[in-house]
Amino acid sequence: MQKDILAQYGIKRRIWDKATKEGGARVIRLKDVEKEYDNGTWALRGISLTIEDGEFVFLVGPSGSGKSTIIKLLTGEILPTSGRVVVNGFSLTKISDRQIPLLRRSIGVIFQDFRLIEKKTVYDNLSFAMRAVGAAPRTIRSRIPYVLKLVGLEEKADQLPHELSGGEQQRVAIARALVNNPVTIIADEPTGNLDPARSLEIMRLLNRINELGTTVVVVTHERDLVNRFHKRVVLLEEGKITGDGVGYDAK
Amino acid sequence: MRHDFGYFFHEGVNNLFSHGFMSFAAIGITVACLLIMGTFTLVAYNAEMLLKTLESEYEILAFVDDSYDDAQTAAVGEAIRALPNVKDVEFITREAAMEAFEERNLDEYMRRNILPEMFRDRYAVYVDDLNLVRNTARAVEGVEGIGAGNVRVDEDIAGGFILVRNVAGAVSMALVAILLVVSVFIISNTIRLTTFDRRDEIAIMKMVGATNWFIRWPFVYEGFMLGALSAVIAFGLQWLVYESVAKGINAADTLQFLSTVPFSAIWQPVAASFAAAGILIGVGGSLTAIRKFLQV
Repeated sequence: MQKDILAQYGIKRRIWDKATKEGGARVIRLKDVEKEYDNGTWALRGISLTIEDGEFVFLVGPSGSGKSTIIKLLTGEILPTSGRVVVNGFSLTKISDRQIPLLRRSIGVIFQDFRLIEKKTVYDNLSFAMRAVGAAPRTIRSRIPYVLKLVGLEEKADQLPHELSGGEQQRVAIARALVNNPVTIIADEPTGNLDPARSLEIMRLLNRINELGTTVVVVTHERDLVNRFHKRVVLLEEGKITGDGVGYDAK
Repeated sequence: MRHDFGYFFHEGVNNLFSHGFMSFAAIGITVACLLIMGTFTLVAYNAEMLLKTLESEYEILAFVDDSYDDAQTAAVGEAIRALPNVKDVEFITREAAMEAFEERNLDEYMRRNILPEMFRDRYAVYVDDLNLVRNTARAVEGVEGIGAGNVRVDEDIAGGFILVRNVAGAVSMALVAILLVVSVFIISNTIRLTTFDRRDEIAIMKMVGATNWFIRWPFVYEGFMLGALSAVIAFGLQWLVYESVAKGINAADTLQFLSTVPFSAIWQPVAASFAAAGILIGVGGSLTAIRKFLQV
């Protein structure tokens, strides 16, 4: 998988090795992480968490519990105040600006509001994401039909986002997250805008992607949905982990 | 990563046309700035050339001792020529000096009462650097056969030339610098508007791991094209303006003393400067415009 990324995007071996020398190139590891925002609020108060390669993890908790902060830390948007964060081999406390794009190529992110480009077709939304990381046109032409088929949208390639239902739009977003073949998928409230039937569909799709070998982290507060899947659930409350086990009610 | 020229160029052109009015405005303002800069520089250049001509006619007069014979006078000329900062030395006989005086002073009474004995043989000394004219005059006084008090030098005129030249140079430099900054600012704002429209796209590109330069390149191309196009238009207009003003000056009887350098003699440096300034403005403007949007 790493070799694929190196070859596909022409990342220099030396830079990749330097970035991943922390070890565990497919693991997420947080150790005693604290985060204080500039306005003085403590979002995280000592979090330690390891997510292994190929795991499916639900991150649950009430709003303000620190879920979004964790996602921002994992994608390199913010830095921790103290503690260590290692994502797919990149140490986020020591990462250089040049390495952040490489980190982000190893992660696919999905949002509640889809964040598709409205004036581009489904196909162009995906090819845009591939071009942005320098994929060759030939790679793009062969990869997109495969990913669209995986999310069940092979018929909708030429449609614009507003012509699709909410569930379909979220599947386009998932396809975009997958198209660059990431190590980890991070979904931030992916079903927040969808009805229960569509939500279940999206979760099943993420589950299937996980079965194909991608690590999946889903942030949600939908207890019923979580309980339908027997997966690891990490419960956050007021910036601390207060539960970690299989099933929402495991704590 | 390879440089996807086709993609960047295509995106740059798209940007240019999807904000047609803003592009038009940016080009208009850049053309105006280039024209003002160009006009000032060309006026300053012509003034400089004119001053050079006048300067080359500026002379120090050194009167030769009356008791010297021809051979001694010639030796004095050689001694002056050997001094530093002396460009040329011209010998003027007392007869020639008298004729010149008579030509300038047509008054009958004056002419009748002028005697050749009142004039002396003299050397007209031309200098390289007007700034040093005082020192040169002193050195000429030191030459044997001239002596103290026998040199006429008009330092006020020399000082005037130097002042005009320095002021013109400083004013045009300051204007060019100010206008460059103004143009960069305006182009930057124009491109910032187009980036503002596309900040969602930029956020998505950053999210999937595009490098900053991948995001910048289309804007750099857009700025480059804006600048280059402005330079071409401004060059054409500058040519027209210059030629018509030069024609006007040459046709006017009262402005005979003003000579203009023909545009054909200077079009290459003018074109090169316009292209350089236009591209600097365009690319500089686009880089400053997107700086803020990359902080994600």
